[in-house]
Amino acid sequence: MKAIKYIGLVIFLTGLTLFTATIFTGNFTFTQQELDTFVKEKGYKSEIFVKELEKALVTQEDVNIFEFSKRVRNAVAINNLYYNDLIAKYNAEKNWEKKGAQYQYKINGKPHSISFEIAKKAGSGFVKENAGLVWFLTFGLGIIGALLFILPNIILLGKPGIKNDHIYQQSATNRGFIAWLVLIYLVAFYLVLYFMADYVVNWTFILDPISKALNGGAASQWFVYGFLYCTIMLTMGVRMYIKYRHNKYQIIRTTSVLFFQIVFAFLIPEIMTSLNMPGYDFKNAFPLDYDFFFEWNLKSLTESGGIGIFILVWGIVLTLIIVPVMVYFFGKRWYCSWVCGCGGLAETLGDPYRQHSNKSLNAWKLERWLIHSVLVFSLVMTLVTLYCYFSGTSSFLGIKSQWIKDTYSFLIGAWFAGVIGTGFYPIFGNRVWCRFGCPLAAYLGLVQRFKSRFRITTNGGQCISCGNCSTYCEQGIDVRAYAQKGENIVRSSCVGCGICSAVCPRGVLKLENGPEEGRINPTEILLGNDVDLMELVNKKYLNL
Amino acid sequence: MEHIVIIGNGISGVTAARHIRKNSDKQITIVSAETKYFFSRTALMYIYMGHMKFEQTQPYENWFWDKNNINLKEGYVAQVNTDDKLLTFKDNSTISYDKLIIATGSKPNKFGWLGQDLKGVLGMYHKQDLENLEIYAPNKEVCKRAVIVGGGLIGIELAEMLRSRDIPVTFLVRESSFWNGVLPAQESEMINKHILEHHIDLRLSTNLKEIKSDENGNVKSIVIEETGEEIPCNVVGLTAGVTPNIDFLEGSGIETKKGVLVNRLLETSKKDVYAIGDCAEQHEAIGLRRNIEAVWYTGRMMGEALAQTICGKPREYNPGHWFNSAKFLDIEYQTYGWVFSERNKKENEAYFQWKHPKQNICITISYDAKTQQFLGINTFGIRMRHEIFDRWLTENQSIQHVLKYLKDANFDPEFYSLYEKEIVAKFNLENNIQLKVQPKSWKRIFSKA
Repeated sequence: MKAIKYIGLVIFLTGLTLFTATIFTGNFTFTQQELDTFVKEKGYKSEIFVKELEKALVTQEDVNIFEFSKRVRNAVAINNLYYNDLIAKYNAEKNWEKKGAQYQYKINGKPHSISFEIAKKAGSGFVKENAGLVWFLTFGLGIIGALLFILPNIILLGKPGIKNDHIYQQSATNRGFIAWLVLIYLVAFYLVLYFMADYVVNWTFILDPISKALNGGAASQWFVYGFLYCTIMLTMGVRMYIKYRHNKYQIIRTTSVLFFQIVFAFLIPEIMTSLNMPGYDFKNAFPLDYDFFFEWNLKSLTESGGIGIFILVWGIVLTLIIVPVMVYFFGKRWYCSWVCGCGGLAETLGDPYRQHSNKSLNAWKLERWLIHSVLVFSLVMTLVTLYCYFSGTSSFLGIKSQWIKDTYSFLIGAWFAGVIGTGFYPIFGNRVWCRFGCPLAAYLGLVQRFKSRFRITTNGGQCISCGNCSTYCEQGIDVRAYAQKGENIVRSSCVGCGICSAVCPRGVLKLENGPEEGRINPTEILLGNDVDLMELVNKKYLNL
Repeated sequence: MEHIVIIGNGISGVTAARHIRKNSDKQITIVSAETKYFFSRTALMYIYMGHMKFEQTQPYENWFWDKNNINLKEGYVAQVNTDDKLLTFKDNSTISYDKLIIATGSKPNKFGWLGQDLKGVLGMYHKQDLENLEIYAPNKEVCKRAVIVGGGLIGIELAEMLRSRDIPVTFLVRESSFWNGVLPAQESEMINKHILEHHIDLRLSTNLKEIKSDENGNVKSIVIEETGEEIPCNVVGLTAGVTPNIDFLEGSGIETKKGVLVNRLLETSKKDVYAIGDCAEQHEAIGLRRNIEAVWYTGRMMGEALAQTICGKPREYNPGHWFNSAKFLDIEYQTYGWVFSERNKKENEAYFQWKHPKQNICITISYDAKTQQFLGINTFGIRMRHEIFDRWLTENQSIQHVLKYLKDANFDPEFYSLYEKEIVAKFNLENNIQLKVQPKSWKRIFSKA
């Protein structure tokens, strides 16, 4: 069994290595004819830019993606430098007409995005020509290897039950060398995905056929991300099924997050796209879906006829009505650990790292400041955006709409949610984003704390203070602190994953939806110590 | 400011300190030779198994003690002078007290076996035991086999620990079936089977004769009393019960038997000296309890009660209905009220038992055959609500009432299979009656006794 595991690990690492290696393959050049077609298609007016592209791309030599990217970005820079100089010159001459005429020649957009777009067209090579084979050698081997590594656990873990043996004795799960390697890989992955997507254009070639089948178009980097996300969640979901096979709550919850990720976050938006509708994730609620009220989205929705208006209304109703009502009845868990995609990854890929969330009081203080700041940030941004959208101005209260949107997207959307949120799993635990950053979680948390039927009930005086619950709480709640006092746990950050209840060796914790009365139950003396002497009278049978 | 000194930083001593601090601003010092900071003794096993790190077994962050002005002193008390109210430590330093609380817990029983003090013989009660285990049984290469002597709760935990590192374990149990002095046969046999499923070499009705030594004073093997069989091993775990850890009180004049003798106010024979937890012995047993209760919960409860007394609100240690819990490998066990084994139950006590046909799930309800009064329940693999059973016991409910409303008491995680129907159907069949299971009612759950 152990041999199968190690063979699986080798196969998985082979797949991962090949997947990473594909980045460096392929040749990115244009023939003159291809370039002309492309320029016409894009309607570039600047001759300087076209000439620079020609110099860089119409060549007999082999150009890898890094060299290619550099050349394209260089062409963009040269072109824009030239026209900026002209604009400055005409500005100094006060020649407004000529100044205004120069703007059309500038190349707008992020250099890496422009490079990505051209690379999609200019790329050729083994990966592009053998997408199916390469898919098998990368995704295929990765999945097979991971499953071979995971499946033997059915036998190796022994009888069903909580088996957290050796978690703190293994490098990967105890912040050791392997954990840091994983962190570096994940962080690099996110940095490239968000900021240098052209470098991984080869990955999109692997998935082009699948993308075409699903939505009719070639794969973007986001398609790669979405596909990878689902693949990883499914594979690690299998691990969850095995690890918690004795626990129905975990089985059903895992099934639910997998369903919502694959169907709602991945398949439905792809199919909508293929039907010429705006691709929309119907479960992604604002303010987690922070660009829902951005001008481009509102524009796209209002121009998409009935379905667009439906999405617009649905998105607003979801945030304002469905979300809080559901939180009232079930706690925020209905979203965070049953539906949400971020939560879904955290509960599958992130499960081996859940013990790393910091339980200290200081971390709790930081959490409260940080997450509510992000909530305020997202609301201010939306307010500014909407004001500018309806009034046609570009700023509100001195805040530039474009600036605040860019800042939020960069800091929160990319760095916090992606690079830190997932990249830091192996060191800071699997819910860094959900705990410290997610504005939707902050909103749900406020409802959960003050107006909900959900609580984690502590079973009288049965707690033995062992600390398993606190250790394995991914949200850094010191569950034991409540349980050993006989108090129920009512905390805004609890995502109701149910693991504290699962790992408790004494059956002390239960996630429940019950009457609001008695939800918070401060106790002076725990159950078992009788203060009432009348009780003795009741114990007649003791004197038999 | 009155100075309260507590010897021992286990759950009893620390609970007393916390509650004294809640109710007063007396000066508090907790003395311990084991660790500086309070840790959860119940979690020692999880450190060895790699579920937790030692820091995580500490229920309070290190700043907690300063913030609450509770002074921690590391040291071993060698002598207690109750006349001058002075403690002398092994290093000859002294500390004076106004009120002294003895909460030193227990140590493993040693019945005078030959070789019981060799290197590699250990209990599983103290942090030092854990450190020794890491020395003598870090893996299956260093420890080719371990023998555990004594079939109780700690014994089975130690077996589970060693198995987590694939170390072969022989488990010597004096009784003819695991823990059958406490558990009814149905449960005891189920645990026997479960132990074997975990590849533990369980030897029932087996006693230890002696532990043999190699030339370096390390454990080499053990010999079994009944058969004379010699089993080579590197580690011997002594888990045959515990005895109060009170040797240091010799010459203090404090009255002791097995433990420190206390009255219901937890006062010892000397003024201003109290004892709580595993080391305290009641003059008279309380209810059906033992005079010495070496149970985690009762230690905590004594700490709570004594804190009130010390803060000027005299409160007797008045434990309510008995409850306890444990985990046997993968099987969770809870008990509420009194369920005695076949060996120890009284004439009027009858069982109603139900067992799942396939899984390790069963219950035993003990009731009075004449009056039908519910006396207690053992549950294995089903979690039950403490409050509900506590209330039913207080109300002297009948077994029929308990079964009828059993759904109120279930505490299993959501979506778990429920067995109230099958349980009641069996009871109906055996007693030829027609009880109907009532659906769970929040109203009843939240109503007060």
